[in-house]
Amino acid sequence: MNALKKLFGGNTRQFGMIFALVALIVFFQIFTEGRTLTPGNVINLFNGNSYILILAIGMVLVIIAGHIDLSVGSVAAFVGVTVALAIRDWGIPWYMGVLLGLGLGALIGAWQGFWTAYVGIPAFIVTLAGMLLFRGFNQFVGKSNTIPVPQDFQYLGSGYLPEVGPNTGYNNLTLLLGLIAVAFVVYGELRARRNAKALGAEVPEGWVMATKLILICGAILYATYLFATGRPGTSFPVPGLILAVLVLIYGFISSKTVVGRHIYAVGGNRHAAELSGVQSKKVNFLVMMNMSILAGLAGMIFVGRSTASGPFDGVGWELDAIAAVFIGGAAVTGGVGTVIGSIVGGLVMAVLNNGLQLLGVGADLTQIIKGLVLLAAVAFDVYNKTQGKKSIIGMMMKNFGRTPTVLQPDETTKTKEVISKEV
Amino acid sequence: MTTPTTQSEPLILEMRSITKEFPGVKALSNVNLKVKAGEIHAICGENGAGKSTLMKVLSGVYPYGSYSGDIIYQNEVQQFKDIRASEHAGIVIIHQELALIPELSITENIFLGNEPTKRGVIDWAEARRRSLELLARVGLRDDPDTPIKEIGVGKQQLVEIAKALNKSVKLLILDEPTAALNESDSQHLLDLILGLKAKGITSIIISHKLNEIEQIADSITIIRDGKSIETLNVKADGVDEDRIIKGMVGRTLESRFPDHEPKIGEVFFEVKNWTVGHPQIPDRLVCKNSSFYVRRGEIVGFAGLMGAGRTELARSVFGRSYGRFISGHIYVDGKEVHLHNVRQAIDAGLGYVTEDRKTLGLNLLDDIKTTTVSANLKKISKNFVVDANKEFAVAEQYRKSLRTKAPTVQEGVAKLSGGNQQKVVLAKWMFTEPELLILDEPTRGIDVGAKYEIYGIIQRLANQGKGVIVISSELPELLGLSDRIYAIFEGAITGVLNKDEATQESLMKLMTSSRKAA
Ligand SMILES: Nc1ncnc2c1ncn2[C@@H]1O[C@H](COP(=O)(O)OP(=O)(O)OP(=O)(O)O)[C@@H](O)[C@H]1O
Ligand SMILES: [Mg+2]
Repeated sequence: MNALKKLFGGNTRQFGMIFALVALIVFFQIFTEGRTLTPGNVINLFNGNSYILILAIGMVLVIIAGHIDLSVGSVAAFVGVTVALAIRDWGIPWYMGVLLGLGLGALIGAWQGFWTAYVGIPAFIVTLAGMLLFRGFNQFVGKSNTIPVPQDFQYLGSGYLPEVGPNTGYNNLTLLLGLIAVAFVVYGELRARRNAKALGAEVPEGWVMATKLILICGAILYATYLFATGRPGTSFPVPGLILAVLVLIYGFISSKTVVGRHIYAVGGNRHAAELSGVQSKKVNFLVMMNMSILAGLAGMIFVGRSTASGPFDGVGWELDAIAAVFIGGAAVTGGVGTVIGSIVGGLVMAVLNNGLQLLGVGADLTQIIKGLVLLAAVAFDVYNKTQGKKSIIGMMMKNFGRTPTVLQPDETTKTKEVISKEV
Repeated sequence: MTTPTTQSEPLILEMRSITKEFPGVKALSNVNLKVKAGEIHAICGENGAGKSTLMKVLSGVYPYGSYSGDIIYQNEVQQFKDIRASEHAGIVIIHQELALIPELSITENIFLGNEPTKRGVIDWAEARRRSLELLARVGLRDDPDTPIKEIGVGKQQLVEIAKALNKSVKLLILDEPTAALNESDSQHLLDLILGLKAKGITSIIISHKLNEIEQIADSITIIRDGKSIETLNVKADGVDEDRIIKGMVGRTLESRFPDHEPKIGEVFFEVKNWTVGHPQIPDRLVCKNSSFYVRRGEIVGFAGLMGAGRTELARSVFGRSYGRFISGHIYVDGKEVHLHNVRQAIDAGLGYVTEDRKTLGLNLLDDIKTTTVSANLKKISKNFVVDANKEFAVAEQYRKSLRTKAPTVQEGVAKLSGGNQQKVVLAKWMFTEPELLILDEPTRGIDVGAKYEIYGIIQRLANQGKGVIVISSELPELLGLSDRIYAIFEGAITGVLNKDEATQESLMKLMTSSRKAA
């Protein structure tokens, strides 16, 4: 069972989420009689959730830094309508529209970042205000009308990788992408292993790594197959591509760079971070600003997908994004969370939504189930922390008649409330 | 080896072959502890020996079933499933870190979770009356409505005891109660414990201040590497500090300070006319026109009572991280520098090890390696990308050279014992390679052996031509370590003494009165 644990990096939470995701997919695949894992449905699922997942990437950073952003839906809507109007009324080309949208997102982010980081108003309040403010702007600017966007802009939200090269019966670019991803994963894993070995750190046994690689690569190749064999004209969707690029970039930033370290440090213990030379205000500002830029991007993708901007775009998105992040293992108190975890969390919600829809479950029941899932996921996390670390694996294994894991209380010293001596 | 205890005296507590494991660490193995009713029983041992863990087992923090062995308390085998259960039996633990709520008043804290009610509504009049009574018993004369954050740590410790008394305690466990207290507060606390003993309350006390142990303990159990080594009877065996140390580290320590031949160079760091205001109270000054300098290779001590403004001075110099800057100048190598934030201070070659490692020094979510490099990420990164290999190597190097007790550098810092946490913080600052390292109470909660090591580290830094400032409430430590000592009283520097002219008395005089001697 230790080997199993090693297989998933010893991170119970991450493992739990991936396991839950796979279990959900299998469950729905069975109960929808195979309608879940069809090319059409998978493509649809990605297209319909990419904007939430993009928001989750920004949101996890905000939450790691110890804040929250309630305004993302309104910001997305405001950016969406502004860009749609600019394209329609000023006749600017689609790429200028995208630039404008990102710029506007940055501006809004700077506004919220300023209040949060430099004035010191809790982000909850700043973004609650922002939620009202930018929803109002959206409806004011767009006069509460729907504003259509041209074909080329729609590509952003509903386009697919084009067909190039010889006719293989598959979408060639999608295949290429899948192969690159596999190569990337294998190379990365081997490199990490070699480095760890060179340092004398513990490395898992060879077979553990091999199994892990086979599982991951298998999943990637299967997904590639699904995307490459869709209805003619469809393939790996453009929003999915944008999402993948963002996941790579932000995953890298959060785990490997100085900025990433600083975000975790500020969220974990702001005072200690400041006394180590981290400029927490700057970090908070950047994190809030980044969130709004991504919200702008999400808004544009959504407008592209729905072919028009409307007054109620993005309503409730903040909740979906926040739920994804917490299901993905982030802590409300900050300092904990991962980009990948949040994506998995978001996918859990997306698959749930999609599967229930396929089963014909009504919106009311779907909401109830989603609410319970969120609660259960976080409750499980909390339970894990307080009731000794009985890992999921340990619990599963118990049923296999192995020796039960020893109860291991994970009692750690809590950071006391800082008696705020400083301003 | 073990001294026979007089069989006639009844035991209030016996812990029999207690074994407690954490993933990868056997914190306790077959520990035995016998505590006689009505005595003060000390537990001594190095950092990470397992003292706190043993007390957590006893008080139900680690519930029955998570350890092996028996707890026999008042002649019955106990199976505490949580703290409430042990409290119900009259065992109250006061943890190494105080557990009071800063925003609540003294009364509210004393009765937290235990509020007196009248028809379901909290009876504050009754609570206040009883807390006045309790405060009188512990000798605290503050208004019971004062918020906890407004009284000092010494008084907070007394409130903890009042809280314990309210729970009709029979066995009081104090884990390093005096670590954060100055001498007079410590003395008051020790007297109080002796007073409780006279009333029949048994105490178990953990402390690294061996002189206190020698002063109040009746018996001492020594724990080394998770095993109980011996139990000493203080009076019968004529135990003194050296004897305790011998038990703790397994050999005698010839001196408390490593030999050191200072090689002092020219002045390289100077602060002039430093004046800083209180962060919240407009007209109050925390540093009053202070001037001091540090020479290369010099260890400079800052002496002062708790609250004299030593930390405030250090932190305001360190990138204005405390208070409102009013006026003053800092010179490094003769050139004036303006340090507006911590980053600039670090870049100018300063380092500051905080006195409060839990709230200001560590991110308890981090592991050892992340913490070690956290103040100097630049050094292990290229183009803003952190090199994980270098990080690991650096952390490993410091773990070895400081002899931090941890299975790997991937261990979370929250799981380390207090002394080892301090070593990690030290490593973090040594890795910034500061020209001037300011250490605020660097040996608080640290065992004698580790103290010796830390003194050695400080002296090595000085030998490399760096400057070191040591802030400490333990005068013997300052006297043994420093080449020159500044005394601070109410925010002002009241004098400076060279190593050869400084004594406890001369320092004490400067620390308690305004400028008299020079
Ligand atoms: N929750 C935990 N998880 C893993 N290891 C732990 C945990 N708590 C304590 N330990 C380990 O158990 C050992 C004993 O720790 P303990 O806190 O009891 O030491 P101590 O004697 O109180 O030291 P100090 O004097 O520094 O306070 C240490 O090696 C420590 O790292
Ligand atoms: Mg301890």
